[in-house]
Amino acid sequence: MSIDTKSILVKPIFANNPIALQILGVCSALAVTTGLQVTVVMCIALTVVTAFSNLFISMVRKFIPNSIRIIAQMTIIASLVIAVDQTLQAFAYEISKQLSVFVGLIITNCIVMGRAEAFAMKNPPGLSFLDGIGNGLGYSVVLLSVATIRELFGSGSLFGVQVLPLVSNGGWYQPNGLMLLAPSAFFIIGFLIWGLRAVRVEQEEKDEFKIAPHTVQEAAH
Amino acid sequence: MGLRRILDDIAPHFEKGGRYEKWYSLYEAVDTIFYSPSKVTVSPAHVRDGVDLKRIMITVWLAAFPAMFYGMYNVGYQATTAMAGMGIETTGDWHAFWIELFSSYNPNSIWDNFWYGAVHYIPIYATIFIVGGFWEVLFATVRKHEINEGFFVTSILFSLIVPPDLPLWQAALGITFGVVVGKEVFGGTGKNFLNPALTARAFLFFAYAPQMSGDAVWTAVDGFSGATSLSQIAADGMPVLTGSMGQELTWMDAFIGREQGSIGETSALAIMIGAVILLVTRIASWRIMSGVFLGMMAFSLLLNAIGSDTNPGFATPWYWHFVLGGFAFGMVFMATDPVSAAMTNTGKWVYGALIGVLAVMIRVLNPAYPEGVMLAILFANLSAPLIDYVVVRANIKRRLARNVI
Repeated sequence: MSIDTKSILVKPIFANNPIALQILGVCSALAVTTGLQVTVVMCIALTVVTAFSNLFISMVRKFIPNSIRIIAQMTIIASLVIAVDQTLQAFAYEISKQLSVFVGLIITNCIVMGRAEAFAMKNPPGLSFLDGIGNGLGYSVVLLSVATIRELFGSGSLFGVQVLPLVSNGGWYQPNGLMLLAPSAFFIIGFLIWGLRAVRVEQEEKDEFKIAPHTVQEAAH
Repeated sequence: MGLRRILDDIAPHFEKGGRYEKWYSLYEAVDTIFYSPSKVTVSPAHVRDGVDLKRIMITVWLAAFPAMFYGMYNVGYQATTAMAGMGIETTGDWHAFWIELFSSYNPNSIWDNFWYGAVHYIPIYATIFIVGGFWEVLFATVRKHEINEGFFVTSILFSLIVPPDLPLWQAALGITFGVVVGKEVFGGTGKNFLNPALTARAFLFFAYAPQMSGDAVWTAVDGFSGATSLSQIAADGMPVLTGSMGQELTWMDAFIGREQGSIGETSALAIMIGAVILLVTRIASWRIMSGVFLGMMAFSLLLNAIGSDTNPGFATPWYWHFVLGGFAFGMVFMATDPVSAAMTNTGKWVYGALIGVLAVMIRVLNPAYPEGVMLAILFANLSAPLIDYVVVRANIKRRLARNVI
């Protein structure tokens, strides 16, 4: 694996994370992260869709007329999402019920569309496939972190297994109801971005304006 | 001056290059508590005023004292009355030691009630102050900001809008969220678009609903359950308002504050004393307060006029809305927070009215939330920049039209 292909696979995880740096695909990060089980399935579904849509779009990229390229991309993405959705309903019905519309909404996920437009339309199929996997991983890293925090503090469990005994069952942990509401994912993603940018300073945005320093002078007491 | 000399002597250690350079913000905070800052602004555009941020914050802090002292008394009064009614002799937890040290549980003694409330309130306030102060100092030190008295206000306001039964760890968690997420991540004092005390309260409200609402939390006695006046209204309407002992609750009781509720919010009278201080010193905006009051009055009169067969809350008159729940406290101390409120004069009226209307709307029309003041103010905080923007644009348009020739 050359350095180029490696960086295509690894870069989206921390250096160019689709959620933390590009702030794309946040909607599903809020909706499906109350429990780890559901989140894992969602991450796999999105990674598969992104990778294969990148692959197929890249294969036919030279035959897509520029003026209707979005429609062509959507057709490919939508077919893949339907395939994933049907598979889930066949083999993991309970989880597919919990994910409800969010599997279908992968069609409009900005990450999938963004990678198709920005990468698959300009690069050969192999690289595009890897790029899809890489972005799927970047998405998964954020989603899994958020889901771990939310499930642990919101219901005291991980993958449905009780880790912190709840007060209602005679334990000591008082579950934090806010963690089960969508806004908590905003806070957690915000904190993750804060942490990431504290480590990788180059990701910090420049100030849009500068406050003039205040002009002070030492006077006598 | 001895103190001045001591402060000057140790000053070099805290200034640039000194041993404790990192702790300059702490030194500066102590210094400016006792003396006016020695620095003066040199650029030409400059308002000369003896009132600076420190004095403003301390005035607000002092203005909250009547509500705080009455709150302590009332916490005790509600609890001792409930205990007498249930025949309980002692609270039986660590509070009991301190209570019995200086008083007994006599509901007719002002001192007993006050001390009972103090034993419950002071630990909450101390926790909030220490934990919140820690975050404030941490951020100021790392960012090399000045430590700011704004925190005095946030801490006392937050401690007054929580139930007396609040577990201390929740108080600590709440103020952490309020100070860090409500204020510091946006740049600290003066840059927060939400009121930090209300952010903290909202966090607890959504995170630990069982400890922040319902019937069991408003009296600091284990096992006593009594609904606040607002939840009674939501459930049954006006005619059946009762106090903690099942007696009828008159308007005067609610005005003075002999009812259950969060620690500092029950007494409209004590809050009005604070309001007078804030208005006379011109620290709080009279436009915002009037806006809130008029908005509340107009919308509750409208609801009275519409009427409803199914929702008894429609019939609640405006003078009851004023004395029940957190309305008065929110109007005087929360809505008038100059940082998160609208800045323009017209904007202040709109902002105030929005709070008044929304507070009544949430109280009456949304059965899930008996109290609406907190959410109304937070929502208005979010709208304040938009309100200001519209006011400023309208003014520019008006002046352009005037000079069209």
